[in-house]
Amino acid sequence: MRKVVTGNMAAAIGAKLCKPDVISAYPITPQTTIVEYIADFVADGSLKTQYVKVESEHSAMAACISASNLGVRTFTATSSHGLLLMHEMLGWASGARLPVVMVNVNRAIGPPWSVWVDHLDAIMQRDTGWIHIFAENNQEVLDSMIMMYKICEDHDVLLPGMIHEDAFYLSHTSEPVDIPDQSKVDEFLPKYKALVKMDLDNPLGFGSLVMPDNYMEFRYKIALAMDNVREKIIEVDADFKRLFGRSYGGMLDLYRCEDAEYVLLGAGTTASTVREVVDELREQGKKVGLARLRVFRPFPYEEIRKLARSVKAIGVFERAFAFGYMGPFMAEIGGALYNTDIRIPIKDYIIGLGGRDVRTKHIHAIFNDLEKIANSGKLDKELKWFGLNDGNRPEEEM
Amino acid sequence: MKTYQEITITPINNVDSRAVKTGAWRTWRPVLIPEKCIHCYKCWKVCPDVAISVESPEEKSLPVWDYDYCKGCGLCAFECPKDAIEMQREVDQ
Ligand code: SF4
Ligand code: SF4
Repeated sequence: MRKVVTGNMAAAIGAKLCKPDVISAYPITPQTTIVEYIADFVADGSLKTQYVKVESEHSAMAACISASNLGVRTFTATSSHGLLLMHEMLGWASGARLPVVMVNVNRAIGPPWSVWVDHLDAIMQRDTGWIHIFAENNQEVLDSMIMMYKICEDHDVLLPGMIHEDAFYLSHTSEPVDIPDQSKVDEFLPKYKALVKMDLDNPLGFGSLVMPDNYMEFRYKIALAMDNVREKIIEVDADFKRLFGRSYGGMLDLYRCEDAEYVLLGAGTTASTVREVVDELREQGKKVGLARLRVFRPFPYEEIRKLARSVKAIGVFERAFAFGYMGPFMAEIGGALYNTDIRIPIKDYIIGLGGRDVRTKHIHAIFNDLEKIANSGKLDKELKWFGLNDGNRPEEEM
Repeated sequence: MKTYQEITITPINNVDSRAVKTGAWRTWRPVLIPEKCIHCYKCWKVCPDVAISVESPEEKSLPVWDYDYCKGCGLCAFECPKDAIEMQREVDQ
């Protein structure tokens, strides 16, 4: 059934379809309507779950962790400062190997206070042991939730995962979304079976102290599980396509990259704008493409290496800045390519922080810049704050 | 030392917490001065390790310390309204 819904409604419907036994969340703009829609579903009886009201995001995550430890499916949603408040508990979820799933609405970190999109909230959770998927549209928000449970609950994985949707561009923007049939979702996503769980008749201590002679081994097991996620994502994406007819390209979503000479790489809704510009430039005979960083953790370094072998230059667009260095994606891509023989110029474009609009004309300007770099093989500079008002901002960056 | 293949997915143990005798951590030992005690049992209430027991409050029995678990934090002594608990260094015993 097709419905016109916001990203937040898609997330709430996704939660309903995946039937979590326990949901615990705390409202924060612009995630609030997810919490409200779920409350409506619980009130009208269309979603049978234990909806636990809490006083903070830290407690919401704690509630999900405890419930997950008892072997049931859990869900939560948050945004920005809420996600930062959860941070401590995020590490507990992955360390205890609990497949908690959450939707995070990407919002800037204050001050300056802002409720608009920025990816830094997600980037700050990079090393928590969670799987990170960035959605490009509302359909992908919903579909990724179904896929995420399947990936996280696999016994070769057993890790938590978060799906990121851009504030307002997705959270509050309505788009047509195909709502899958419940019976099909049930077929795709059977009930969660825990490998180990708390049992009141057979009490055990979970997450207990280990001495230094065993800590590394437990961490290594998380690393292995995260590596398993790579093939699992590709496998689940293919299964999903068979049943629902949609696919998202697995780890790295490539668009018109086969014969591309220079490509833009980045995440979130900006990718849709880039897609549009790629089509326009292709009409003009320019060999351009888009590589959408759909999965941030585990990082698609192999896919990026493969892409980098076939292009002359890569431009990275990112709605986040890692203070003291460069854009977070740029740093990771550089790391992925260093120990190879690939030597192509890569330029980092910091763009659209705190919800600043990214328009097709901006992407055109970036592609123009990148074309020069691709043709000359020379990088003018590594990093550009695109559209920064420095008193002589060119018209194409306004 | 177990290999990573041998260990469970996450640390899980079946050892009751009572098996861990936290009294071994103690440097300062709370010692009751019975004649000062007024049987208010504030010490019993505040002990974070449940190391103090009172057999019969009705008969005004004295609080009793379980040194297997008392960590020697000094909370009981600090809270006692009559300074009836003295913290003594273990080495001096
Ligand atoms: S707090 Fe002091 S006075 Fe009260 S019962 Fe304990 S030792 Fe006695
Ligand atoms: S010293 Fe601390 S642990 Fe020991 S009995 Fe007093 S309150 Fe309890």
